Amino acid sequence: MDRPYLSRRAWITTASGVIAAGLLKTQADAIKLVAQVPANAPDPTKTPGRPTSEVGQRAPGEQPRRLARNQELSSSSRTPLQDLHGIITPSDLHFERHHAGIPNILSENHELLIHGMLDRPMVFKMADLMRYPSVSRIHFLECSGNGGGVYSRDRMPTEVTAQDIDGLLSTSEWTGVPLSWVLREVGVRPGASWILAEGGDAAMMSRSVPLEKAMDDALLAYGQNGEAIRPEQGYPVRLLLPGWEGNINVKWLRRIEITDRPTMTKDETSKYTDPLPGGVARQFSFIMDAKSVITFPSYPYVLPESGWWEVKGLAWSGRGRITRVEISTDGGRDWVDAELQPPVLSKATVRFRHLWNWNGRESVVLSRATDETGYVQPTVHQLWEARGERTSYHQNHQRAWKVASTGEVTFGLGDLV
Amino acid sequence: MTRLTLVVALLVLSACEAEENEVVLRPAMATEGSAYTLSDLAPDRFSFGSEADEERIAMWDIDVRPDGEGLPTGSGTVAEGEAIYAVHCMACHGPTGAEGPYDVLVGTEPWEEWPGARTVGAYWPYATTLYDFIHRAMPQLTPGILTPDETYGVIAYILYLNGIVPEDGVMNEETLPAVAMPARDRFVPDDREGGPEVR
Repeated sequence: MDRPYLSRRAWITTASGVIAAGLLKTQADAIKLVAQVPANAPDPTKTPGRPTSEVGQRAPGEQPRRLARNQELSSSSRTPLQDLHGIITPSDLHFERHHAGIPNILSENHELLIHGMLDRPMVFKMADLMRYPSVSRIHFLECSGNGGGVYSRDRMPTEVTAQDIDGLLSTSEWTGVPLSWVLREVGVRPGASWILAEGGDAAMMSRSVPLEKAMDDALLAYGQNGEAIRPEQGYPVRLLLPGWEGNINVKWLRRIEITDRPTMTKDETSKYTDPLPGGVARQFSFIMDAKSVITFPSYPYVLPESGWWEVKGLAWSGRGRITRVEISTDGGRDWVDAELQPPVLSKATVRFRHLWNWNGRESVVLSRATDETGYVQPTVHQLWEARGERTSYHQNHQRAWKVASTGEVTFGLGDLV
Repeated sequence: MTRLTLVVALLVLSACEAEENEVVLRPAMATEGSAYTLSDLAPDRFSFGSEADEERIAMWDIDVRPDGEGLPTGSGTVAEGEAIYAVHCMACHGPTGAEGPYDVLVGTEPWEEWPGARTVGAYWPYATTLYDFIHRAMPQLTPGILTPDETYGVIAYILYLNGIVPEDGVMNEETLPAVAMPARDRFVPDDREGGPEVR
């Protein structure tokens, strides 16, 4: 991200223009002043606009970007959480994680093989899959490595954005055929208990999935936010396992084998496992626990003055619905309920809001989510106690932002540890 | 924490799920227990797609399991593997597998509380995973280029560098699944289950 950091002085200079014009001071005012249409732009009421077009584009001053740190084949990019509204992530800003680049696959050539412990091994073309009855569901996807940068006591950053920390999170409306509707007619044999899902990329990324999940809410997803799933998200078809860690939602899905045991692939043994105290490591830690992140105020925003500001963010749980999000503006001493913006969907992000009358003094703002199982998003101290300080993945502890008396916002968890 | 070995837990899990699945998977019962409701109008079978024959399955069925199922016939020695490693692996994994710049493969010091790098010697629970992964995804720029003999050889060499097989070791479809990996009993099932307890 290359948004220029706006100094307080520059902010006040520009912000005062907004106040003078009688505009409501909002989050949008705070940042859009940076990349506004030049003041000498022609009066749009005196000049005809441009005609219709086949594909729309964003306003010139609205150019959110993924954070793509490098060009490695095995790499990731992050969603600009602090720039977005609502719960849906625009498909071209959905986070990426690839293990051998994005394959070029023609939908008409793609096939999905389903075989193993079943009576009728089958090959499906995309037209076959798309002929099945379909469903659409809104679900988040989150990489289990999300948030790993704010777990170490000794390396707690301050000048990091919500995107830096938690941008391996995105939400889409996914359309596809439930895997259970396909499996019910291939004659899965008694004793089957797992599936192996394998991608058609150059890593042939593969993960073992309990059959129970496959028969519950797994989707063979070919649609994303109203259009064909994006190549970066697994075009033409991916496995979607609502609420489960991103890696297991195998993209470019080309093979499912029904088995009676896990295959023990590289990604479910040496990679996405979680060392714990005592010389052991947690394996098959599929579910993403409840979590929330405040997207405003967050670094690098600056609040130009005290008064009313809306604290807002996203909360989600891989175990079901979010039932409550609480906000603290005093470093975690007192908490108040935030509003949950409908729809509040299972295994989906929910937008929360809290109207805050900032008194202009230094404040540490936190959020904590509770899900329908009664799980409360833990503090980092609780996670350290439960899992030790050197574990990997699933770091869903409460985040904090420090609003200085100058209005400058930085990541504030370090002040609480 | 009780130090269950994963294999015991998985056997229990498999047994439970097998019982359920015998019920769940009968076509007429469709999607009981599923998050989705299939229309009452739906037939027992749509019969979309086409049946896959053995030849087709064999072409794509590449995975290798801990008991050795899926391993092809072949054989490779540590010495043969060393030559292959130098050509295909060294640039990314380092002269002795411990230098990187990409994933560190070699590390033999036993760990008490926490692993260091997730090396084959210290962290990988199954030797068969090496075959499964190398065959499907390595070398990164030319995946699938190694023959079965070459793959067995390079696995023998990596295991030798980790002190797991001797210098005259030979890897094949019989010896590979029998390799005792140091981290074999390190892995425990996920015990998180929602609710108030933080785990």
